[in-house]
Amino acid sequence: MAEETDNERRRMLTTVTTGVGLVGAGALAVPFVASMTPSARAKAAGAPVEVDISRLSEGQMLAVEWRGKPVWIIRRTPEMLEDLAQIREKLSDPDSEVETQQPAYAKNKYRSIKPEVLVVLGVCTHLGCAPTKKFEQGKASGVSDDWVGGFFCPCHGSSFDLAGRVYRNVPAPTNLEVPPYSFLSDDRVLIGVGPEDTA
Amino acid sequence: MAKLMDWIDDRFPATKVWQEHMAQYYAPKNFNFWYYFGSLALLVLVLQIATGIVLTMHYKPDVSLAFASVEYTMRDVPAGWFMRYLHSTGASMFFVVVYLHMFRAMLYGSYKGPRELIWLLGMVIYIALMAEAFFGYLLPWGNMSYWGAQVIISLFGAIPWIGEGLAEWIRGDFVVSDATLNRFFAFHVILLPLLLALLVYLHIVALHKVGSNNPDGIEIKKQKDAEGKPLDGVPFHPYYTVKDFFGVSVFMALLLAIVFFAPELDGWFLEKDNFEPADILQTPPEIVPLWYLTPYYSILRAVTFEWLPGGAKLWGVLAMGFAIVLFFFLPWLDRSKVRSIRYRGWMYKTMLTLFAVNFVMLGYLGTKNPGYVDLIWFKNVVWAQIGLVIYFAFFLLMPIYTKLDRTKPEPDRVTGP
Repeated sequence: MAEETDNERRRMLTTVTTGVGLVGAGALAVPFVASMTPSARAKAAGAPVEVDISRLSEGQMLAVEWRGKPVWIIRRTPEMLEDLAQIREKLSDPDSEVETQQPAYAKNKYRSIKPEVLVVLGVCTHLGCAPTKKFEQGKASGVSDDWVGGFFCPCHGSSFDLAGRVYRNVPAPTNLEVPPYSFLSDDRVLIGVGPEDTA
Repeated sequence: MAKLMDWIDDRFPATKVWQEHMAQYYAPKNFNFWYYFGSLALLVLVLQIATGIVLTMHYKPDVSLAFASVEYTMRDVPAGWFMRYLHSTGASMFFVVVYLHMFRAMLYGSYKGPRELIWLLGMVIYIALMAEAFFGYLLPWGNMSYWGAQVIISLFGAIPWIGEGLAEWIRGDFVVSDATLNRFFAFHVILLPLLLALLVYLHIVALHKVGSNNPDGIEIKKQKDAEGKPLDGVPFHPYYTVKDFFGVSVFMALLLAIVFFAPELDGWFLEKDNFEPADILQTPPEIVPLWYLTPYYSILRAVTFEWLPGGAKLWGVLAMGFAIVLFFFLPWLDRSKVRSIRYRGWMYKTMLTLFAVNFVMLGYLGTKNPGYVDLIWFKNVVWAQIGLVIYFAFFLLMPIYTKLDRTKPEPDRVTGP
């Protein structure tokens, strides 16, 4: 008889309708989520940057922008390079063991291609602030009495040496990142392209 | 007029809603000073929406135009400075009011059953408000806007595995950029205000279901007269509408005094570094959020123990998140038989006082360099670590001390104000 309700059929139809509805809602969520990921333009904006360092004198630092981040180029003095070896035991990763923080060609005691020229991202590995340069030594630096020069992040107090290596017992977990870079000539640095990538 | 009302009432329950929620909504007659802040929070919300609409008429969410468009609003738009200062001062005053409103709930046990849902909805409002403030803070594209957003979004990067992808998804770019500014504008003027309006509505619906708590923490619905009205209740209108209007007058005088005479409040309401446009090569000498977020910022910075598995950074972020989440559990952490501080013993009184002082201390330390000494004896970071322990002890030991605490007997009827 037609008046008899087929409850099993109703339940089945309700379940199927709910299921199809949920799948539809789930599928609709995909483009909404995707629309917030980096756009094609943002992805394309990663062009390498060429920097002339001929006028960068010893002990000086230059900051340039690459992919929206500050990149520092520092021409270290021989004394600065000597000091790097003396503070080993104060550092968390003195031998640059964390592979992600530098290309293989910068995994050496100076963390650079040419010993005197340091190229690092000026982005604190803690929460992304730009650390400030503290090149003066000792008390004058305002960091500590036995400070040998380096970088200090004002946000949360992380400190790094003049090779971008992080000190122990600070919030930053790793050394400053060395971006891929190469020398086009003695005075021209190309940031964003490593030496093995150049033609 | 009566005919018009009848015509409407046949089609929309206008009179019914008015009676149920205003004219015949009975609230305890012993509300005191602490009960101003709920209505004041609603006032500030309306004020923020009104001034916000005006600001959007002149603002440009584009990294090359944003900073200048705000300065244009300040200098060239008639009364633009007034709208902006009302909005920026209103943002800080929103948190003043909300913190006092929350403290009231902790004083009188308003979060305890059957008002748990009011408390939970209120906590969601508080978090939505923090998000709203954070998104809004990026919009002027000042240097502190930029670096503040940079740091806070990086917090998500600390989450293992998905963190970096999540941070990228929030920014819509690999760094804080035009894409980020544009979407934060959308969140600030559409998403969060809609959400806040909905949540506030639900907060009040839940409140009117169970009725307000009061400074004695007793149920006025237990003692009713012959007509079924609570003996200790008075109709919300006109008694509390008038009382709240008095509160509004005093509050507006204070708000306008700040707007007219000290809109920056010496860097507390508008930070000095934000009067410079964003510079991606130069972090301000100290990155600090505005005062209402600094207690949590202090907790984040207090975790410097790198021997923790996963590293200090992850644990700092976890501690900060946990510090906020713990508030949600208050109704279940508190095992006391009584609600109001008036009938609690010395343990809860001590702990709540300590918590309040500690919260202010953490807030203060969050605005200071962790390596310096701004209080006495120790560096700021050490005080923040002490503060972190007190903060968590207040919550985590609560089931013990509220249970042990010797309470006084509650009265049957409300006492004086």
